[in-house]
Amino acid sequence: MSERYTTHEYDVLIIGAGGAGLRAAIEAASVGDSVGVVCKSLLGKAHTVMAEGGMAASMGNVDERDDWKVHFADTMRGGQYLNNCNMAEHHAKEAADRVHELEEWGALFDRTHDGKILQRNFGGHKYPRLAHVGDRTGLEMIRTLQDHGIHQGLDFHMEVTIFHFFCEGNRVVGALAYEREKGRFLLFKAKAIVIATGGYGRAFKITSNSWEYTGDGQTLAYDAGADLLDMEFVQFHPTGMVWPPSVRGILVTEGVRGEGGILTNSEGNRFMFEDVPPLYQSSTADNEEEGWRYVTGDKEASRPPELLTRDHVARKIVKEVKEGRGSEHGGAYLDIAWIKEHIKDSESHIKKKLPSMYHQFKELAGVDITKEKMEVGPTTHYAMGGIRVDADTQMSTVDGLFACGECAAGLHGANRLGGNSLSDLLVFGKRAGEYAAKFAEGLDSFSEIDSDEVNRLVEEALKPVDRTEGENPYLIQQELQETMQDLAGIWRSEVGLKEAIDRIRGYAERAKHAHAPGNREYNPGWHTALDLHNLLTVSEALCLSAEQRTESRGGHYREEFPAKSEEGSTYNTVVRKARDGSMEVERVPVVPQSDEMKVIIGANE
Amino acid sequence: MSDVTFRIWRGEGEESHFEEYKTEVSEGMVVLDAIHDIQAQQAPDLAVRWNCKAGKCGSCSAEINGMPKLMCMTRLSSLDLEQPVSVEPMKTFPLIKDLVTDVKWNYDAKMTIKPFKPRAPEAEDGTWRMAQDDVERAQEFRKCIECFLCQNVCHVLRDHHDHDKYIGPAMFVKAAAFDMHPLDVEDRVLDLKDEQGIGYCNITKCCTKVCPEHITITDNAIIPLKESVVDEFYDPITKLFRIFKPKNPTNEI
Repeated sequence: MSERYTTHEYDVLIIGAGGAGLRAAIEAASVGDSVGVVCKSLLGKAHTVMAEGGMAASMGNVDERDDWKVHFADTMRGGQYLNNCNMAEHHAKEAADRVHELEEWGALFDRTHDGKILQRNFGGHKYPRLAHVGDRTGLEMIRTLQDHGIHQGLDFHMEVTIFHFFCEGNRVVGALAYEREKGRFLLFKAKAIVIATGGYGRAFKITSNSWEYTGDGQTLAYDAGADLLDMEFVQFHPTGMVWPPSVRGILVTEGVRGEGGILTNSEGNRFMFEDVPPLYQSSTADNEEEGWRYVTGDKEASRPPELLTRDHVARKIVKEVKEGRGSEHGGAYLDIAWIKEHIKDSESHIKKKLPSMYHQFKELAGVDITKEKMEVGPTTHYAMGGIRVDADTQMSTVDGLFACGECAAGLHGANRLGGNSLSDLLVFGKRAGEYAAKFAEGLDSFSEIDSDEVNRLVEEALKPVDRTEGENPYLIQQELQETMQDLAGIWRSEVGLKEAIDRIRGYAERAKHAHAPGNREYNPGWHTALDLHNLLTVSEALCLSAEQRTESRGGHYREEFPAKSEEGSTYNTVVRKARDGSMEVERVPVVPQSDEMKVIIGANE
Repeated sequence: MSDVTFRIWRGEGEESHFEEYKTEVSEGMVVLDAIHDIQAQQAPDLAVRWNCKAGKCGSCSAEINGMPKLMCMTRLSSLDLEQPVSVEPMKTFPLIKDLVTDVKWNYDAKMTIKPFKPRAPEAEDGTWRMAQDDVERAQEFRKCIECFLCQNVCHVLRDHHDHDKYIGPAMFVKAAAFDMHPLDVEDRVLDLKDEQGIGYCNITKCCTKVCPEHITITDNAIIPLKESVVDEFYDPITKLFRIFKPKNPTNEI
């Protein structure tokens, strides 16, 4: 059989060109490795571009009391202590250097009065910590990395999607991909591979995530034998747009609350003042006046309850709606216009601090946020769970296979703090690139990959277009999204999760017969059909993990078990492929904290 | 809820043409929503680029009723729905299929711009100090989402196809973003004049009109860059200095 694909060889292959992938690529190339970067969309369009609020780093530019220890303790508390504490330590210690490095490469952050990088308040962070550029920090970050990266000798393969890994024993040696434009196939031989593909929000109906977010990296790793970790922990961001229906789920930055925005219900009450969790009671303001002082920089004041962690705020909004006090279209009101009581020229202040939010509401909802309240509700935003990695090297449980950014797990535990994602991308992107390059150095040559096997996989991948009839892949995807939204979302139960698992297995059967009319050339129906395997794999992993965690913690809430359990704090959930091909779930002990860490956490409680 | 007719550009190369689709629309929908509904229900292989659906990534550029726009930010309520709504790909770039064009040229054009080069850090901790006012001047250009709508309407590219000697407004915005960065010390003037062809722009401001990020492309980016070219190469006094200035072999072009 003749070859139906082209072959490329790289010391290090990076999958994904968001913040983590680009940072990893720059690092791997810096030691002279040949580096290929594959991205599902055009360069510069990855999900990082949507990040708004900022990146957390304890530079102490606004409040000199901040340091890595406080950031570490905040991250651990926010993650309900299921975090990999060693990752949390690396992250807190290295984030500031990564931010400065980004500035060296051209990022232009907002400034303090004395000309340093300005930092803003965000939920769960004790001090103002987020380096930012208005509310478009993600754009600044990806563009800086992109514009720097294109001059580092990287080979970019745009609009190319990886769908299979080749292994030799327990080591990854290559990857197979298709490109969107002509539907051609590419074989990548690599000494090391870094997965930086982001999350899996597209498993849900209401999400802030784009079409790309289908759990590709997690599924590729899982199929190659790697462990997935903490898949039950998905972050539902409390403030997505809710009206009109077509914009439901689009993100409204936490920065709105960081700048003083308040949440109210249909009765006009600031309901966040009720039910403040015990972990945060001592650090939360109990009156409006103190909350305002906090957001305007009074170091003696405690944070307003709107800036509690995302898991809590999201559930509080759902509770208001369930109890009949929701906004007109089933959310809560988010009000930044009210600051006119305190600020003279509030209109231009809001436009300057939150320019893209102003723009977004004005154009998509016809709402002027400088004068009117926004309507907001939870939207699937971020996966804390993902590929299980080594804290230092970011290598997965498969040799030579690394992961960083959202697709990796560990740093955020049960709930991620806002602002810790952009810094995660840089800190662990760099580490993944560095250690992938080191791994590649230890290998003299590329492994052979059997061309018959490649041709067989190519044929398999083409089946949805080759079939003359079958199910519409878009409809299977939509049904899955509805199932996950209803049964595995912000409110979960055993009965619901079991039902979801049954349905997912049913969809998986149907997906085997999906048909995409048309040819191979830029055919989104075909791509949707191929993505289904990934979405279904991560959905099943999520439901199985959620089913066995019989408690509520962070992003995971179980109706029958509304409180945290003792036992729940002792383990992380691992999902892997069993020998018979079925999905098995195992509990592994939480990574133990060193004595020094315990002291730091104790001192910052 | 009502049925609206969309005329969507379909196909590849010479064979491409408009096809009509009817779909139900509801309150608040944008053009991209309608395209997605048509894709899911009637035309599964309809090629369209999109990512963020919130005007932040610049993927879904198209010509809607002949006007260059982002599909995700064009509300149906802003269009006359009594008439069919036409949706076409950008015309300045080669068609790949349906609404998707080959925009790789833009990435190549960007490679010709010398990258950001900072001055040495002045603060003791090895970082820089910058004033917010100085930062804001360059931040305007850094809002660019690379949707390439400005490239699409620039007549130098659209009508004259001068892609080989002109980099277009989006890339001048990029050059301005580097050039007006408070820390940047690189000299890009000769490149702008010669291989990047800034002289071809005759300030019709079409680019500024279509920018979804409201960047004042012509006035704030292109004109100041043109002025720096004039200052350096066409100012009589500077010219005199240049004639007598010894050639610097390390001054790369």
